[in-house]
Amino acid sequence: MTAAWRARLRNVLALALLVPLAALALALARRARLPRAELVYSNGSEVTTLDPATVSGQSEGRVAMALFEGLTVKHPETLAPLPGVAERWEVAPDGLTYTFHLRAEARWSNGEHLTAEDFLYSWRRLLEPETAAPFAYQLWCVRGAEAFSRSAPEEREARWRDVGLAAPDAHTLVVELARPTAYFLALTSFHPLFPVHRRSLEEAQRSFPRRWQSEWVRAGRLISNGPFKLVERRVNDRLRLVRNPEYWDVGAVALRSLDILALEHIGTGLNLYLAGEVDWIDRVPATLVPELRRRPDFQAAPYLASYFYRVNVTRPPLDDVRVRRALALSVDRRTLCAAILQKGEPPSWSLTPPGLAGYPRPEMRHAPVGADEAAHAAALAADRAEARALLAAAGYGPARPFPPLEILFNTSETHRDVAEVLAADWSATLGIEVKLLNQEWKSFLDSQTNLRYDLSRSSWIGDYPDPNTFLEAFTADSENNRTGWRSERYDGLLAAAGREVDAARRLALLAEAEALLLEELPILPLFGYVSQNLVHPRLGGFHANVLDEHPPKFWHWKERAR
Amino acid sequence: MSARGPVHPARQAWRRFRSSRGALASLLFLAASGLGALLAPLLPLASPRVLALEGEARAPRLELGGPRWAHRVSIRLRLSEPPRSGELLARAERLLVANVRELTGARPRVLRHGPGAAPEELELALLYRSELDPARGADLEARFASVLASQSGPDGLHVPGGGTLALARVEVTAQDGYGPLGALDRALVALRHRLFGFFQLGPWLGTDAKGRDLLARCVFGSRVSLSVALAAALVSVLVGVGYGALAGYFGGRLDSAMMRLVDVLYSIPFLFVVIFVITLLGEYRAELAQLGIGRMTAFFVVLGLSTWLTMARVVRAQVLALRQAEFVRAARVLGASHLFVLRVHVVPHLLGIVAVYLTLTLPAVMLYESFLSFLGLGVEPPQVSWGILASDALDALNPLSVAWWLVLGPALFLGATLLALNVLGDGLRDALDPRLGRNA
Amino acid sequence: MTLFLLRRAGWFLVTLWLVVSVSFVLMRAVRGGPFSSERALHPAVEQSLRERYHLDWPLWKQYLQYVGPLDWSAQGHRLVGGDGTRPWGGLLALDLGPSFKYRDFTVGEILAQSLPVSAALGALALLWALALGLPSGILAAVRRGTRLDLALRLAATLGIALPNFVVAGLLVLVFVFGLGWLPPAGWGDLAHFLLPSFVLGLPFAAYIARLTRAGLLEVLNQDFVRTARAKGLPPHLVLVRHALRASLLPVVTYLGPATAGILTGSLVVEKIFAIPGVGTHFVNSALNRDYPLAMGVTLVYTVLVYALNTLVDAAATLLDPRIPLEEAG
Repeated sequence: MTAAWRARLRNVLALALLVPLAALALALARRARLPRAELVYSNGSEVTTLDPATVSGQSEGRVAMALFEGLTVKHPETLAPLPGVAERWEVAPDGLTYTFHLRAEARWSNGEHLTAEDFLYSWRRLLEPETAAPFAYQLWCVRGAEAFSRSAPEEREARWRDVGLAAPDAHTLVVELARPTAYFLALTSFHPLFPVHRRSLEEAQRSFPRRWQSEWVRAGRLISNGPFKLVERRVNDRLRLVRNPEYWDVGAVALRSLDILALEHIGTGLNLYLAGEVDWIDRVPATLVPELRRRPDFQAAPYLASYFYRVNVTRPPLDDVRVRRALALSVDRRTLCAAILQKGEPPSWSLTPPGLAGYPRPEMRHAPVGADEAAHAAALAADRAEARALLAAAGYGPARPFPPLEILFNTSETHRDVAEVLAADWSATLGIEVKLLNQEWKSFLDSQTNLRYDLSRSSWIGDYPDPNTFLEAFTADSENNRTGWRSERYDGLLAAAGREVDAARRLALLAEAEALLLEELPILPLFGYVSQNLVHPRLGGFHANVLDEHPPKFWHWKERAR
Repeated sequence: MSARGPVHPARQAWRRFRSSRGALASLLFLAASGLGALLAPLLPLASPRVLALEGEARAPRLELGGPRWAHRVSIRLRLSEPPRSGELLARAERLLVANVRELTGARPRVLRHGPGAAPEELELALLYRSELDPARGADLEARFASVLASQSGPDGLHVPGGGTLALARVEVTAQDGYGPLGALDRALVALRHRLFGFFQLGPWLGTDAKGRDLLARCVFGSRVSLSVALAAALVSVLVGVGYGALAGYFGGRLDSAMMRLVDVLYSIPFLFVVIFVITLLGEYRAELAQLGIGRMTAFFVVLGLSTWLTMARVVRAQVLALRQAEFVRAARVLGASHLFVLRVHVVPHLLGIVAVYLTLTLPAVMLYESFLSFLGLGVEPPQVSWGILASDALDALNPLSVAWWLVLGPALFLGATLLALNVLGDGLRDALDPRLGRNA
Repeated sequence: MTLFLLRRAGWFLVTLWLVVSVSFVLMRAVRGGPFSSERALHPAVEQSLRERYHLDWPLWKQYLQYVGPLDWSAQGHRLVGGDGTRPWGGLLALDLGPSFKYRDFTVGEILAQSLPVSAALGALALLWALALGLPSGILAAVRRGTRLDLALRLAATLGIALPNFVVAGLLVLVFVFGLGWLPPAGWGDLAHFLLPSFVLGLPFAAYIARLTRAGLLEVLNQDFVRTARAKGLPPHLVLVRHALRASLLPVVTYLGPATAGILTGSLVVEKIFAIPGVGTHFVNSALNRDYPLAMGVTLVYTVLVYALNTLVDAAATLLDPRIPLEEAG
């Protein structure tokens, strides 16, 4: 190597050191700091998409609720439907026909008028299988909608004519249901049924045939109709929203701007909250709950979600209902909730969580729980004695030891804690050797779906306040069943409830179905969730509710107390 | 240097090594930790797995043992009224102890629960034996109750020497502090029971939020962590050094090809490899178990495979420099074989860098293990490791309430081991370095 | 030199192709799909998603589509590939495709947004690592066996042994909540950088210190250093001009892959400090089975590792003239 080359090499190396430094300068210059928005909140990990029709998660729903608005809006506290794009509506006495009157002043964020046609387009898009909307089936309560969704592309147009959706004029939307659906009004405030802007969507599809999905929701291009509109988006960082001046009720929107942060780590959210950089976090580190519960700004309220274990009923010995019952009975739910979960989770002997209005919620048979420690201990002792007897009746004892069981759970500290407690309970009460198997999320789902497990940790979050949202997961043909359990009677009861017009009779049918489920126990109920919000004490219009939904339209800063 | 025979320098190296007090202490420390990990069930520790759900982690307390002995079977006797005198109680206890000995062949320890003079409950505690565990179908409760019934009248248990003790309820509970054990561990637990009886160290490192003793968890955790470290060290030394030395020594095309392979392996997303291997193992669990390959064994191999690449690069670069050195050239000119040159002139010069590099890799591997375990790709509870214990403490350092002891335990064990490895590595390097011997 | 670079470029293409092919097969061999979730999709919906991303095709077809010489998609032109304006599409046209998980972004966009962040953070971390690691390594070697050496070694051991989230937690407690000097997390200006870059750089600093010390001790006993000393050169000159240069070899070798690692970020540091870097994607894309994003970050890493290792090999000949460049290749 010549000296000249050596010198050149030296230059290259110097350059190599300089490149990262240049990158540093560049990145700093390009990413000029955004001033803090008027309100900042943490929304878990980055949302899958802003397209309201194609998302199913809670964090996506929260973003959609800020950007878009449906026919109705949920009351921030009671969740009762309030007028949204529709200023009023009528329901026919048979509960099958809904007529929505859209307000004339409803507009898109670009100033265009929002009409009933927009809803027809958006709901048709939701139903088309190409949209791949996870919640499309929610609209199958509309007459002809299911057939439309299942039709081949070439007969789509013909099928569409049979769907019970019509727009007699620009401001009237008539919906005919196939069966009375008690929660239909609640559905209209649910994000899959939000309208999307047809022109911008179709324009993106034309101009970017390969990546229109990432184009039409881009900041600057996304046209929405909600209280806020998108102005900036950084992946894995934040969504910056500002008040939408074209919103029909803009006078009622108090916040000028909103930052929605993508924060993966719960501890970081807490740090930011404590430092005053974030005003609301919806999850807190489990270990700090005892500490946090002493604070006035910590709100833990019952939440429409259940935590339970799925049982693979196709695998002996779990195919024996006595064994399943023995397992369900020997868990000390009260200690689990009080000492491990600590947020005030209610122990549960049902699939559905408490708090469903008018629903006679059944429980699996168990000794009645007393109020005090001694009564609790006695009830637990009785349950455990029954559990041991059940296991003996199933033929297990010193002569024939129970085979080892495996608890499958996905990566999370809480899931691991619960699994450890259950394993200890089962080992101490029934002498069953319990192994724990932790899998990362996707492998876990794969194992669960393909019934490659004994017992697996599960939960279900209700979409709307109705028992149906929980119970429909366990019908024989539901892809969410994942237990191998099937019961014609159960499916029949749910179908009958779907046809029932009378609200009380319908709920009674659902309760009968749940009682059957809890007799057969393809799931082991454990506890109900509570929400865990740390909210700035001066944030008004924010209320704890069973869906843990907080429409930002109503948020405002309260005056500082003097 | 050619004057020395092959045995002589080893002895000389050992003498040099022994003279370094730090290195010797480190070696002893590491040997002790290894032995401690192996013999963990023998040590008088609290149970690493039994939960005591009190809702909060507790700070360390420097006390010697206590009644929290977890690995036991208890016969609990609820008294319906307090005993008339302490002397009567003592005699009753003697009778009960004799009864238990009769039934189980072991002498129980008597614990009184309730106010000192008038206990409400007597507990006859025995060291855990699975054949006494009611959850495993033992009928100790019924047998004991029938013995008591034969010794009782309508007003209670007749105590020899006069008087009665009124008993309300008899209940047998059991706590298995270790869970299923292998043959060696069972023997160790038995030995522990003979050596220490009910004695058990207090919560010197505090307890976690589920009331488990952190000292016990750290000691039992060392089994996983040290095995992981050992596996990683073995693979990276055997594969990494061999591969790197070969590539560097022969150079040219072979070197190019070998190094490009390393580049490829570097870049293949390792997490996918891990998920792939682990799920594959899950599917063929039964078949592999027959071959004696458990999930853990495979996990160790996978971890080891992640460490040898950088080692190979580092060694290769060193060898490239070495083989140009005069003494290597001279040896070749004098007709020494490649193998001889590699063994005598190249490998000894690598020891320094290898030792240093190993002490750097091992902690990374131990922490990587916890990352994989957290993702559900590693060890399963109730097994623990230092890495898992450390990541359990992820939220312990926060502005609201600092549970510092959750960090202290694993950091102490991890830090001490690494420091010892470091000092040992340096000592080894100094002892084995052929040049130092020449001029020291 | 030119030959060296040319040969390296040729090898680079081979490496890249191997990495892409092996990873492509590996990713799809792993169990679990990109669209599964707690709330299972209706089979028709899942099918429609699979069709959209061509996951319903046989593997070889997906592979060719991804790499890009042929295009079977509805918008493509069979055999010529591309979108009609280019002779090929896919990777060959530097199109990394859409992300399955973050559906509002293409992989290219995600990388374009997150790479500069990680690179900036990594550069600063590297500065910390060198600024702390080199001097303490040299000091420890020169003052070998003294208390200073012991203290530095202890510090280095701690730097390696303490998991980075523990260090991060301690630093946040002290500098954010104790002293109130720095923001707890986030991204925007230099104040946001300081803690995460220090945490990220600390283990690397410890590594560098250890390697420098070891390398220097190795060299200080070698003949040419002795000769220089015997010739009466002042000790600091011997150290800098002769010993240090040769002793940096292991450090530089280590720095190659380390720099690639440091520039591509770290999951833990990014999570704890809420930094939108690329490190998160290395782990999450695998966990989410987001094949295109996983491939995208893999490619970035491959390019970086390769480029840096090439630089390292070139640097090796500079530091130790006994290693000829051709051999180094």
